[in-house]
Amino acid sequence: MSGPATDPAAPPPAFGPDLAEVFGPSQQDGGPELVQLLTPEGERVHHPEFDMEFSEDELRGFYRDMVMVRRIDTESTALQRHGELGIWAQLLGQEAAQVGAGRALRPQDFVFPTYREHGVAWCRGLDPLKLLGLFRGVDHGDWDPEEYNFGLYTIVIGAQTLHATGYAMGMQRDGAVGTGDPDRDAAVIAHFGDGASSQGDVNEAFIFAASYNAPVVFFCQNNQWAISEPIERQTRIPLYQRALGFGFPGVRVDGNDVLATYAVTQAALQRARDGQGPTLVEAYTYRMGAHTTTDDPTRYRLSGDVESWKLKDPIARVEAYLKRNGLADATFFDEVAGEANDLGARLRDGVKALPDPRPLDIFGVVYAEETDELRQQHDEFAAYLDSFEGAHA
Amino acid sequence: MSEKITLAKGLNMGLRKAMEADPKVLVMGEDVGKLGGVFRITDGLQKDFGEDRVIDSPLAESGIVGTAVGMAMRGYRPVVEIQFDGFVYPAYDQIVCQVAKIHFRSKGRIKMPIVIRIPFGGGIGAVEHHSESPEAQFAHTPGLKVVACSNPVDGYWMIQQAIACDDPVIFLEPKRQYHADKADLDDSVSPDPLFTSRVVRPGQDVTVLAYGPTVKTAMKAAEAASGEGRSLEVIDLRTLSPLDMEPVLDSVRRTGRAVVVHEAHVNLGLGAELAARITEQCFYNLESPVLRVGGFDTPYPASRMEEEWLPDLDRVLDAVDRTLSY
Repeated sequence: MSGPATDPAAPPPAFGPDLAEVFGPSQQDGGPELVQLLTPEGERVHHPEFDMEFSEDELRGFYRDMVMVRRIDTESTALQRHGELGIWAQLLGQEAAQVGAGRALRPQDFVFPTYREHGVAWCRGLDPLKLLGLFRGVDHGDWDPEEYNFGLYTIVIGAQTLHATGYAMGMQRDGAVGTGDPDRDAAVIAHFGDGASSQGDVNEAFIFAASYNAPVVFFCQNNQWAISEPIERQTRIPLYQRALGFGFPGVRVDGNDVLATYAVTQAALQRARDGQGPTLVEAYTYRMGAHTTTDDPTRYRLSGDVESWKLKDPIARVEAYLKRNGLADATFFDEVAGEANDLGARLRDGVKALPDPRPLDIFGVVYAEETDELRQQHDEFAAYLDSFEGAHA
Repeated sequence: MSEKITLAKGLNMGLRKAMEADPKVLVMGEDVGKLGGVFRITDGLQKDFGEDRVIDSPLAESGIVGTAVGMAMRGYRPVVEIQFDGFVYPAYDQIVCQVAKIHFRSKGRIKMPIVIRIPFGGGIGAVEHHSESPEAQFAHTPGLKVVACSNPVDGYWMIQQAIACDDPVIFLEPKRQYHADKADLDDSVSPDPLFTSRVVRPGQDVTVLAYGPTVKTAMKAAEAASGEGRSLEVIDLRTLSPLDMEPVLDSVRRTGRAVVVHEAHVNLGLGAELAARITEQCFYNLESPVLRVGGFDTPYPASRMEEEWLPDLDRVLDAVDRTLSY
């Protein structure tokens, strides 16, 4: 028996689209699929699916949020340089992605952040001073996640996407999905980055969420860089397209456009609250700063790239739109600037006043039901500390 | 009222009791639904409690444990099954970095009442990765509690107590005992607290410390030793983290000799910690060094030689002889 005859001159069979095309130079600006409502020049454009009207208050609110969030970032970077913080994870350039996503939430929704979601934390009403404890080294995050529906920062890349999926499965079991009651129906948003998209946990989270139709929005801020590794090292197709392979929709939004990010995220959250399952939102943005204050991006990327992204600044485009359309006057901009200055001063003073952790406090919080072993270690350590001359317990 | 049950039955009955008592208790894992688990420990639970509470998961251990973390944050009490000991490692990061640390990280604001059930140990003639004893990896991790049941009655009670515990519990089940022996369960007798060890055979000459599958081995060794006029005291540790040292120290203060028996590799295993603590706390009572009998420091062998690799009656008696010869 011989196999089927093949023509040696025939071209090899095609296994799918030309990947050079889907990930080629046409993608550099986010590609044709990018959802945008406000151009970098501050011009309002419309989108067939995600178009939305915003009130003047909402527009000014977005501007104010982003200015404040940027101040948190620049002030914290400075505090690290002054030695007040051990490290700071910068979000410069990602203000629109975070404020857009953060403002799309309802109170009953729950957020699972990475360690860079300072802007989302701001939208959840969390005092930015609480974020600084982790970076100063006085705690691992000193806020009550249930009070803000905002989880603790998660440093192991991607681990929180599984927690988000499990939390969403819990919401399903609580009857908090698809009831039609806008005050009851809830969703989860899981933040992660382009680097995390390579993690097994993120891929497992996609599988579990799809399998159980969990009410979770996977919000990926593709800031193009995982420390020194460019997006091309993580993926050969646009990230949002991966969703289809897992069985749920994906969309790429201009992450420097706060209006589009808000519109897309709230649509995805509503889909989840309605019981229609997960969505992947890829917010296409750029990390203007370093990975953290320990990083030196000049070793691995061109300043020209950074310069070109400066032209797409998320705050400048809203400012231009507000001014051009007469929606905000000089008084408004002065007020916001003053508010940011006040916040900066409060952070500078507040961070130095954060109390250092007390050595004996670590034992009691390891377990809900403390063990005799740890109680004994506590007592021995206390006696040891007391044994020093001049010690006072 | 008393009935005769196997360990598998005891665990199954205990899970059922816990699910009846608290609607927040969920069971999740691979094949735990219609099949009832590969060892049938969850047999019939999905039929009675539904697919929302007995959840067949995708084949991804990190996903199972990671989603359990989220469920616990939402107020549920997940009981997850890792199908075999050697398959727990994909979930290791979630267990060690998340499950174990979230209570601490959150200053006690977030509880993690998760039970991670792991059938462990060898002796069933299985292929690679199905016979391991990873308990030291978890006992070494602050934030976790680790227990091992050895018999049907303990299986019934300990699984309920572990589920009721507000801390994460690694729950080790000696898989070769699942369907081996039957015991009388009297539901009206109240159980010992979960994190306690227990003298299961009193004796005067040597203290033998065992848990999980080696309790049976130690009991057989004690029986054989008694024929030679030697009286071994056997302690079923039951809790591996935290250790319950009082019964152990009480015993060693009387016998002056101790042998630890576990299937896990001896190097840096539970036996090393027990030997250190015994030495620290009853140095002047010791007549000989604490000896350890366990798996060799090799990967688990092919099953045709596992009987040689696993600590058996003769190796326990050999250690007893050596400790008595000091």
